[in-house]
Amino acid sequence: MPGYLYVLRRKRERTVSKILLIFRKDLLVEWRSKQIFPTMFVFSLLLLLVFNVAFEFRSDVNFRTVSAVVWITFIFSGLLALGRSFSLEKENNAFAFLLLTPVSRSYIYLGKLLSNVVMVLLSELFILPLFFLFFLFDAKGISLSLTGAILPFLGVTVLGTIGFVSLGTFFSSMALNTKLRDMMLPLLVFPLIIPVVITSVGICSSILEGRPFGYYAFSLQVLVSFDIIFVLLCSLLFEYLIEDSGD
Amino acid sequence: MLLRIAGTDPFSFKKMRKILFFLTFALMVLATWMTLFYAPTEVVMGHVQRIFYFHMGTVWAATVAFTVVFVASICYLVKETAKWDTLAYCSAEIGMLLLTLTIITGSIWAKPVWGTWWTWDPQLTTTFILWVLYAVYLVLRSGAGGRGKKARYSAIFAIIAYVDLPVVYVSARIKRGISPVVFGPGGGGIDPAMMHTLLVTLLGFTLLFILLLGERTRIMNMENQLYARGGRGG
Repeated sequence: MPGYLYVLRRKRERTVSKILLIFRKDLLVEWRSKQIFPTMFVFSLLLLLVFNVAFEFRSDVNFRTVSAVVWITFIFSGLLALGRSFSLEKENNAFAFLLLTPVSRSYIYLGKLLSNVVMVLLSELFILPLFFLFFLFDAKGISLSLTGAILPFLGVTVLGTIGFVSLGTFFSSMALNTKLRDMMLPLLVFPLIIPVVITSVGICSSILEGRPFGYYAFSLQVLVSFDIIFVLLCSLLFEYLIEDSGD
Repeated sequence: MLLRIAGTDPFSFKKMRKILFFLTFALMVLATWMTLFYAPTEVVMGHVQRIFYFHMGTVWAATVAFTVVFVASICYLVKETAKWDTLAYCSAEIGMLLLTLTIITGSIWAKPVWGTWWTWDPQLTTTFILWVLYAVYLVLRSGAGGRGKKARYSAIFAIIAYVDLPVVYVSARIKRGISPVVFGPGGGGIDPAMMHTLLVTLLGFTLLFILLLGERTRIMNMENQLYARGGRGG
């Protein structure tokens, strides 16, 4: 192997391992403390219950409404976890030590993003079967085949989650440093993730209605572009976000 | 010219301010006269269409204002000098005012023409989200904390919000809209007199925005000086 290729490979390996290190640390903390995940899960369950009571879903459900309900549940419970993600670092001033590590700030963001995405996705994975059970099993005109509905649904869940967690992770570190703290997070994030809400809910309801792929391909393009744009932009701006936590 | 007015010592441009003021005043009077008397009455919509010129004027100036916020925010993050932050803040405030006027004039126009004050078509949805985003921007400024933090956080938020808007518009477009397309394909022919009126109104509002921005920045700079002096005196 030529020398420069070797150097490039080593550099990439080191970058990836730094991001994975932060990712592992976050999951380990969660594994030992078990704070965020149970809270998120129970909160999601409560939301599903509240929506079910409020809408009185019967067998003649509207797929659009059901998709909206599931995404509102994901986003509300997700933001709950994200608010916790950085406040955990504030305890014992752990974040200052995280900043002292000799890595670029954007790696810290990417590591945090990765661990948040995995945690939010895990809780969504646990909530989805219940959601199907509560709302869709005896719905009229639905065929819950594995490849036709469930796998595409999961795919959209992953993409949409990356979308709102990318901005959520970024702004939770900002919100915590403001005077208003946790109150600021939904205010900052909700108007910005409108594209995720529109496309994810649209695609999910199209999938449940059994539409062909071409029907929602454009929405999918918008969702993927949203993910790419904001993961890149946030990791770029993260350098400026945490420049000095003094003032 | 805009940046020279905004960024400099408050009292050294007295003469230019005066010229700008009279120019803006004359153009706005001219625009009002043209809107009311010079432009022909639209065949289908009637007199209510005349509000459209000021509607376009405010939305254009608001777009300029938010673009200034975006550029000034980037400059602030790169240079970290307070004048860019002041410029971004003042521009956001005026943009908010202009956008509110846009929504009000649009509503007045929509009621007789579409038969409703408000509808969730892509342009209206995007305008509404734009309004909310800059409302959040102003809330963030009031609730951020220290000066440096306030400036940095709001600059970051402004950049992300500005990048977010086209995506919001595209995703809202997935449903078809009814807002009129004046320029470009589908715009159709426009009476020359209407075009003249529109151009004068756009120019008038652009100058009005520059004038307001200059004045607001001047007041803001004075406030900052006073604040600094008070801080030193105890």
